[in-house]
Amino acid sequence: MTRHAEKDTAITGIGMSDVSRGASKSALALTVDAALEAIADAGLTRAEIDGIATWPGERVDGSGFSPVGCASLQDALRLKVNWYAGGREAPGQYGAVFNAIGAIAAGLCRNVLIFRSMYEATARKTAFANSLLRPGERQAGPFAWYAPYYTYAAALQQALFFNLYVHNSGIRPEQVAQIPINQRRNAALNPKAVYRTPITLDDYLASPLIATPLRLYDCDVPCDGAVAIIVSRIDVARTLRNPPVRIEAIGSSMQYRNSWTQLDALDTQAQPKVAEMLWSRTDLKPVDVDIAQLYDGFTYHTLNWLENFGFCDRYGAKDFIEGGRRIALEGDLPVNTGGGALSAGRLHAYGAVHEACTQLWGRGGARQVQGSPQVCATSTAGGPLAGAMLLVRD
Amino acid sequence: MTQPAPPPRTLPAIDPDNRAYWTRGRDGVLAIFKCHSCHAYVHPPVPFCPACDTVAVSPQAVSGRGTVVTFTVNHKQWVPGLPVPYVLALVALEEAPEVRLVANITHCDPAEVTFGMAVEVWFEPAEDLWIPQFRPARSAA
Ligand SMILES: [Zn+2]
Repeated sequence: MTRHAEKDTAITGIGMSDVSRGASKSALALTVDAALEAIADAGLTRAEIDGIATWPGERVDGSGFSPVGCASLQDALRLKVNWYAGGREAPGQYGAVFNAIGAIAAGLCRNVLIFRSMYEATARKTAFANSLLRPGERQAGPFAWYAPYYTYAAALQQALFFNLYVHNSGIRPEQVAQIPINQRRNAALNPKAVYRTPITLDDYLASPLIATPLRLYDCDVPCDGAVAIIVSRIDVARTLRNPPVRIEAIGSSMQYRNSWTQLDALDTQAQPKVAEMLWSRTDLKPVDVDIAQLYDGFTYHTLNWLENFGFCDRYGAKDFIEGGRRIALEGDLPVNTGGGALSAGRLHAYGAVHEACTQLWGRGGARQVQGSPQVCATSTAGGPLAGAMLLVRD
Repeated sequence: MTQPAPPPRTLPAIDPDNRAYWTRGRDGVLAIFKCHSCHAYVHPPVPFCPACDTVAVSPQAVSGRGTVVTFTVNHKQWVPGLPVPYVLALVALEEAPEVRLVANITHCDPAEVTFGMAVEVWFEPAEDLWIPQFRPARSAA
């Protein structure tokens, strides 16, 4: 059997800046905070970081979507690396991790600093930074097919897919509501979460409709913040201070039409074959998973991932989450245990990796899942983007 | 108090492949790339048929009839003057249901739009372009 390269890598340290709805520090300063914390957490020094990666790379468009790239952080920390990469065209946010696995397997580096920075809270105070459309500018590339139709935000494209999912699955709003209600309950126990006041079903149903069936509480929360993780070669990882969180398996494929309009299965998005790839690279099964940190750019993504990972049947998520007990901290499959992007802040799937390690290392404090969880499923992205990882405490 | 004018639509950048799609509406024609040998439709337009391995593919007129595959009713006023609610939809072409076109569904109450609804194309002029839009099919029951 082929030796899968991800099994020879592990997460060895994590760091997170302050996360807020408006930072006093710059995006780069937040990123430095996260990076220094991750390096120290791994028991490494800056001199031992020999690779750096991010997704989607630095953007200077004022959106706050990715204000810091590899070059800025590398130079700020004066890192000397053998390999670096930041680029958008990848299996979603985890593209940076998948690239790092390849770089480690190729012998290019041993300890890779991977980070994701967001400055969307500040950006939205000064401009309409969410807009996918630039007034007076003609739109080129794949998004041109959406541009003339007042498609101002990704929420509208996702609402198209979500509505079809609602139509096909028959899920009701009060069932969907269990996702944000559960996450806000978890966020109340997470001191770093942006929103910590519990919400009720009535709050969910009363939250403004953005684009049917998406309500405000279905959407993640733009924030200012940064996450960093260290991915190390497994033999190096075993000499460091934390028990390695091994990358047991990844799903990085794109076996569908790579298009936001022609994607083969709109209501499952690109996730099924990504999950299938992940399970083909491990002997573990969905039943072995202790906790799940599932992408929640919109609640619908989390519903999709529950089904596509195989935690329940197709269109079975509505029954799986009914009443919220199964996905709660004390449930069979605790989901988004730190509050996720819906409540803790949109750290764009890297908040999820940080929370996965927090739980696997038993550092969850008031929100720590009991029974010493060993296996965490984590996933990113919607539409034609999808990536997944299975993380296992060594 | 006067309402601000609706915001202008953001228009696509035109290239040799998409020109027919965004301009043939001038003649009332919805043009979709079609393979000369197997007659499969190719969208987004690119002069290559993956079924035949041929580049003999060019824009051809289609009926302009289709059905709503999925849709959303947008309620949020993203910019001043944006008339809400409005419908964003993916429409499957009658000749080739695998081809999905983005459009607003116009000429009806947003609450009347349904999955599988029969729709027909019309063209909204904008600068030098003709933007394909869809409305309820007039022949629909
Ligand atoms: Zn052909």
